[in-house]
Amino acid sequence: MEGSVDAAEVIVAASPQEAVEAFGDGRDVTVVAGGTIVMPEIRHGRLHPRKALLINRAGLDGIRRDDGRIVIGAGTSLADLEDAVEPLGACARRVADLEIRGQATLGGNLCAPPGDESPRGDLQAALLVLDAQVRSAGEGGERTEPVEDFLASGPAGRLVLDVSVAEPDAAATATVRRPHAHAYTVMRVCAARAGGQTRIAVSGAGPTAVRSRAAEQAAADGAGAAAERVLDDVTLQDDAIASSWYRSQVLPVLVRRALNDLAQGDR
Amino acid sequence: MRLTVNGVEREVLSPPLTTLLDALREELFVTSPKAGCQQGGCGACTVLVDGEPRRSCLTPVAAVDGAAIATVEGLGDGDELSTVQAAFHEHYAAQCGFCTSGFLMATEALVARSEGEVEREEILEALSGHICRCTGYVKIVDAVAAAARGDVNADRASADTGPQGEDAATVIPGSPA
Repeated sequence: MEGSVDAAEVIVAASPQEAVEAFGDGRDVTVVAGGTIVMPEIRHGRLHPRKALLINRAGLDGIRRDDGRIVIGAGTSLADLEDAVEPLGACARRVADLEIRGQATLGGNLCAPPGDESPRGDLQAALLVLDAQVRSAGEGGERTEPVEDFLASGPAGRLVLDVSVAEPDAAATATVRRPHAHAYTVMRVCAARAGGQTRIAVSGAGPTAVRSRAAEQAAADGAGAAAERVLDDVTLQDDAIASSWYRSQVLPVLVRRALNDLAQGDR
Repeated sequence: MRLTVNGVEREVLSPPLTTLLDALREELFVTSPKAGCQQGGCGACTVLVDGEPRRSCLTPVAAVDGAAIATVEGLGDGDELSTVQAAFHEHYAAQCGFCTSGFLMATEALVARSEGEVEREEILEALSGHICRCTGYVKIVDAVAAAARGDVNADRASADTGPQGEDAATVIPGSPA
């Protein structure tokens, strides 16, 4: 067999407390949740974990309501998010295929490192527009922070425990998809309105999803105005999925479509 | 670690981060799950873990310690094919056969969770993680629809015998019927 799986210390956490304790400050710990991203890395010898923490049986899954917010355990599978609050449900339904969705987790999607050949993290734009708060453990103990801050600082040293989202007054999303044996999402724009405020976020354009405040501010003047401003906030990448030129042409269209849908209250 | 593979409890000594696929193939010599892309993209390694279709190449064996694993070796009864296997046979839904194990297990799961007839869209969704480079999928989709309806030759026997009756001549040319 290629690679080395022999050397790693492996902990199978049986409770959230066990997972947090085993994670500690996260140094040299490779967290394996659904395994869909990390297992090929290990199997093919690109990653040699010193300590692997398996959390699929740690009781970190499940969805509950708490004080008007929806709290989603980090170990919740994408399959279990398919009927979740929109636009999160729409994003989950479009990830890979049902076998992968049964295995892949919310926490993994949030912590996925950008791929070598394409962006990852198809749920992130939805989380950004739903005012998601990420609760994690690690050095200095537990903390809860906006998903935007979590994405900016990265997942290193943090074990995500759950993510809470607010139910919006209206939500919409627009995508460009590539038909394939496995169809996939090239880029996605999510929009949500809550308490009179509109949030707009983009995934698939650069290494992680980003919120576009420029587009949000311009949205008061209509979908077309927001579309014109979205590129101000987004760093476009060139990769195997699409060129940055292509992304620059398509992204404003997606913003316009998402905002038009939002205005019609389709969802 | 222990796995119940097709109803038989087996001890597993592979390192805990070994993929379930490698543990099955290399240690337990259960070789119907195929090592295709080994990164979750092709579906050739799909097995049932406690009844759910899962990519064994993405699953560390320690994550499924104690689970019940079902593979093609456990389908049917002796020489008797399962309904899904018989449907694949009758509809000529395999050519080179490398992807077939994954398709069979995904279909077993689909048929188990459905009640009778399954819409074409649902079949495509259930199989969308599985790649076949030979058939063009049409015969596979036909086979899955037939399996869901239970529409297979009642007199099915082993693959050696081949299906009996009119279907044998029209559907499987060259079959040693």
